[in-house]
Amino acid sequence: MMISRRCRKFLGAVSFYIFGSLVALVILIPFFWMIITSLKSKGALLSIPVEWIPKEPSLNAYKKIFTLEGFSSSIFNSFYLAVTTSLVQILSAAMAAYAFSKIQFKGRESLFKIYLATMMIPFQVVFIPLFIVMTSLKLTNNLSAFMLLQLFNPFAIFMLRQKMMTISDSFIEAAIIDGANQFQIFWKVILPLSSGILATLGVMAFMGSWNDYLFPLVMLSDKKKFTLPLILSALQGQYTNDYNLLMAGSLISILPILIVYMFAQKYFRSGLQIGGVKG
Amino acid sequence: MYKRYKTSSFLQAVPFILPSFIGLICFSLVPIITSFVISMSSWDGLTRLTLFTDINGFFNKFFTGFDNYSEIIRSKEFWKVLRNTLYFIVLYLPLILISSILVGNILNKKYRGIGFFRVLYYIPVLTSWVAGALIWKWVLSPEYGIINEILALFGIEGPKWLQSEVWAMPAIVLASIWKDVGYFGLIFLGGLQSINPTYYEAAEIDGASGWQKFRHITLPLLSPVTFFVMIVCIINSFQLFPQVMVMTKDAGPNGATQVFVERIYKYAFKYHKMGYAAALSWVLFAIIFIFTAIQLRMQKRWVYYDD
Repeated sequence: MMISRRCRKFLGAVSFYIFGSLVALVILIPFFWMIITSLKSKGALLSIPVEWIPKEPSLNAYKKIFTLEGFSSSIFNSFYLAVTTSLVQILSAAMAAYAFSKIQFKGRESLFKIYLATMMIPFQVVFIPLFIVMTSLKLTNNLSAFMLLQLFNPFAIFMLRQKMMTISDSFIEAAIIDGANQFQIFWKVILPLSSGILATLGVMAFMGSWNDYLFPLVMLSDKKKFTLPLILSALQGQYTNDYNLLMAGSLISILPILIVYMFAQKYFRSGLQIGGVKG
Repeated sequence: MYKRYKTSSFLQAVPFILPSFIGLICFSLVPIITSFVISMSSWDGLTRLTLFTDINGFFNKFFTGFDNYSEIIRSKEFWKVLRNTLYFIVLYLPLILISSILVGNILNKKYRGIGFFRVLYYIPVLTSWVAGALIWKWVLSPEYGIINEILALFGIEGPKWLQSEVWAMPAIVLASIWKDVGYFGLIFLGGLQSINPTYYEAAEIDGASGWQKFRHITLPLLSPVTFFVMIVCIINSFQLFPQVMVMTKDAGPNGATQVFVERIYKYAFKYHKMGYAAALSWVLFAIIFIFTAIQLRMQKRWVYYDD
């Protein structure tokens, strides 16, 4: 027996809303609990039966967390790192991609193969020696180390090279006739034409840096230099049972990236879809 | 003009290549070699070692050859860590595949309110693992967490989750699914959007049911994406780290959540066995390599490429 077309359409809509809301609910429950907990006083945290809605909501956790050593500065540090590392990453990658796609030179293909081959080695293999390299350069507890590390990002170079190879050489020829040198071609012709993928990679780098944990954990021991994830995990050790504090801190760490996401949804989505997100 | 541009010299490329090339040498090639050298030593991480250290002196003092590697293979702990990781994969992989195919299908619909679902599903993806893990640790608190509270509504007494040897790893799996489902859902969405709609139209004319269409059109045509997701998921599973570090500080009761990267980090920076840690990181690399190679071989059997 065939179900009529309209009936089938209706069933489709119903199942969409049922499943959609179900998944949404599962995703939201932990966030709901985070917000509720952050509004509780310390005493209310451990009350039994559990308070689903706080009887006496307060913002004390939010007030207190900003007075803790290293928290306010960690917000600044996270922002500073996210912005600088993503700029360094896309600029350095775009330069390399330009050379690999538009400048002929001897050994180009073999060098590019070496670049790609390094992608096979997971970060976990190199983080111990990276610590040694950074110690040798006296860059532990120094945020510049994170920028230097982003000079070389084979994935970004690969993606940008793919894009730049599709840019017609006639643009470059026209620029040369107009008397442009390589840097002007790169800056005024190639970069604007690659702006979509640059934004996508930039947004992904921003998010990667904002949420990074392992490398900051190894590199930073001075609380004033901590990033948000690092200070959160440190606070967990110090205030093991003050979950109102920890949840307030978590919420604060999520908000900025959420705001960036709202403004750059398109780039986030294409960034996630090209894959290669770390961690 | 064009000709001259095309044959432009090495010198013109140098300034463009230089930044990434310095990065390649300093932060990729040198660390890879150093990592291998350290893995053949008993270096403790306390004796100062920089790139400018006298290598001969270092070797005389610390060189141990492949001792670290054989010690790893002979240790009970290594096999436990491998077992824990495989346990994670066995639970995580089917659940993430099913849930993210479901999410991909939901996101593929064009009903009202889809924008809301889209934003919502990605929030865990945007959340840092440290924040996500803190949230889950509290959500799964046996006495004060909301999960056991909800279970109690249905008359189920929830387990002790992270404090229980049996439930610690499933708890990590739950948190990981929550964190990753939006991301892989999005990947599946991309796959679904690339399926040619005429297949469905033809099937509808033949009177195929929704399930039949899903089973005989969607699943086979989605198999390249499924394959990609599987590879990424398995690699990620071997690299499990922040969730384990934050949710189970001492790797769970009786080491129930000991995993590779957590061990590597602790050997290197807590137990001062840098050499052992470096060797373990190469063992991890070898394992990931083998698993990926096996999957690439197996793909012919079930992955269908629609040309």
